[in-house]
Amino acid sequence: MYAVTYHRAASVADATKLAKGKDAKYLSGGMTLIPAMKTRLAAPSDLIDLGHIADLKGIKVSGKTVTIGAGTTHSEVANNAKLKSVCPALTDLAGHIGDPHVRHKGTIGGSIANNDPAADYPAAMLALDATIVTNKREIAAAKFFKGLFETALKEGEIVTGVTFTAPEKAGYEKFRNPASRYAMTGVFVAKSKDGVRAAVTGAGDNGVFRSKEVEAALSKSFAASALEGVKVPSKNLMGDLHATPDYRANLVVVMAKRAVAKAG
Amino acid sequence: MSDVSLVVNGRKVSGSVEDRTLLVHFLRENLGLTGTHVGCDTSQCGACVVHVDGKAVKSCTMLAVQASGSEVVTIEGLANGAELHPVQAAFKEHHGLQCGFCTPGMIMAATDMIRRHPEGLDEATVRAELEGNICRCTGYHNIVKAVLAASKTMAKSKGKAKAKAA
Ligand SMILES: Cc1cc2nc3c(=O)[nH]c(=O)nc-3n(C[C@H](O)[C@H](O)[C@H](O)COP(=O)(O)OP(=O)(O)OC[C@H]3O[C@@H](n4cnc5c(N)ncnc54)[C@H](O)[C@@H]3O)c2cc1C
Ligand code: FES
Ligand code: FES
Repeated sequence: MYAVTYHRAASVADATKLAKGKDAKYLSGGMTLIPAMKTRLAAPSDLIDLGHIADLKGIKVSGKTVTIGAGTTHSEVANNAKLKSVCPALTDLAGHIGDPHVRHKGTIGGSIANNDPAADYPAAMLALDATIVTNKREIAAAKFFKGLFETALKEGEIVTGVTFTAPEKAGYEKFRNPASRYAMTGVFVAKSKDGVRAAVTGAGDNGVFRSKEVEAALSKSFAASALEGVKVPSKNLMGDLHATPDYRANLVVVMAKRAVAKAG
Repeated sequence: MSDVSLVVNGRKVSGSVEDRTLLVHFLRENLGLTGTHVGCDTSQCGACVVHVDGKAVKSCTMLAVQASGSEVVTIEGLANGAELHPVQAAFKEHHGLQCGFCTPGMIMAATDMIRRHPEGLDEATVRAELEGNICRCTGYHNIVKAVLAASKTMAKSKGKAKAKAA
């Protein structure tokens, strides 16, 4: 790791002030940023630690409206009883990110700001039609996730939380890479009064996306059997040493079936 | 450079370190607590697991300055003098280690896992919970046995303590 200067921010306003004019990066759980700094893929001059800002933490559920602070850890999301009662698919997703030690540190804000093409949360945010809240504005998930590790965030902008309306039914299933354990393809399906949304992570060559084919089939009937024989085009899917685009196209349908079955 | 102060295994410690110093290096090199190991560069193996403010974390993926002000427990903090912690005793009894490199992290992960599952553990849960700890020797069977045995012993002694208090 290259030398870096650490600052502990007391508030969101303090954090933006500390970052100004520097080649700084915000540090949340550090579960992505620190490994990247160790391998020198990231080399910020300054780190602004958001980990001690109380305003960024916590989960609020009022009726069907859910708000999760950016600094809330995967483990806190996984174990929140109120959230589980309105959106068990999301607590289940959080409980299967990485491993227990990673879940104790990693945060939802860090995960979505990072927008790894194989990360789990972006699929949930897109399928739940969530709003990403920053210190400056509110951004619909569909506009927020822009590509591989790319988001709508501007220089210095901080994600403060996410908010969404709990769906009637939702489910998430991923096919894990046997070594890295990241999703080789993961599908989040959600059914609400506005219709069905299905978002795919780990498979798109430009990051998370919605599958029209899966959504069309599930809009007719929200059941795994509705996906029988459905074909997803392999164009614009990722191909690497783990799986070809065709293999991933098939996985999208298989994971969508399992996700719907889980949604009940 | 930054000043770091921590409570490690119940003892107040402090030091001045480069900001990029990882918590694991602070523990090993500044404090001489070499029980915590480094097994990988990728935050995957779990040889470096310690407890920070009561939660298991990978000390190779946290800066020492980031932890400043926290309470840390390492493998050296578990035994009560010559008396092994029940998880340590179970690893010994059930042959839960061979070379021993992964063991400190395994034991710190196991104590955290047992704390988070007061309802008790079964084999499938233990295996899933060990996702973040890699062992190159044992094939995990005896590690799983040891964790299950320790969780039973600890539940029993907790039960006894409760009965005494009542
Ligand atoms: C072994 C291992 C396994 C993992 N497995 C999975 C997995 O299966 N699925 C998965 O989805 N993820 C996985 N992860 C990644 C993990 O979920 C991370 O927690 C997450 O990607 C980043 O969150 P963080 O809080 O650690 O962010 P950090 O690492 O602190 O930051 C990540 C990036 O986001 C920026 N950032 C952080 N917070 C904010 C904010 N509030 N506003 C603006 N920018 C911000 C940072 O500057 C940085 O660029 C794994 C990580 C490890 C080490
Ligand atoms: S040394 Fe920390 S996870 Fe491998
Ligand atoms: S006992 Fe050798 S790595 Fe686990």
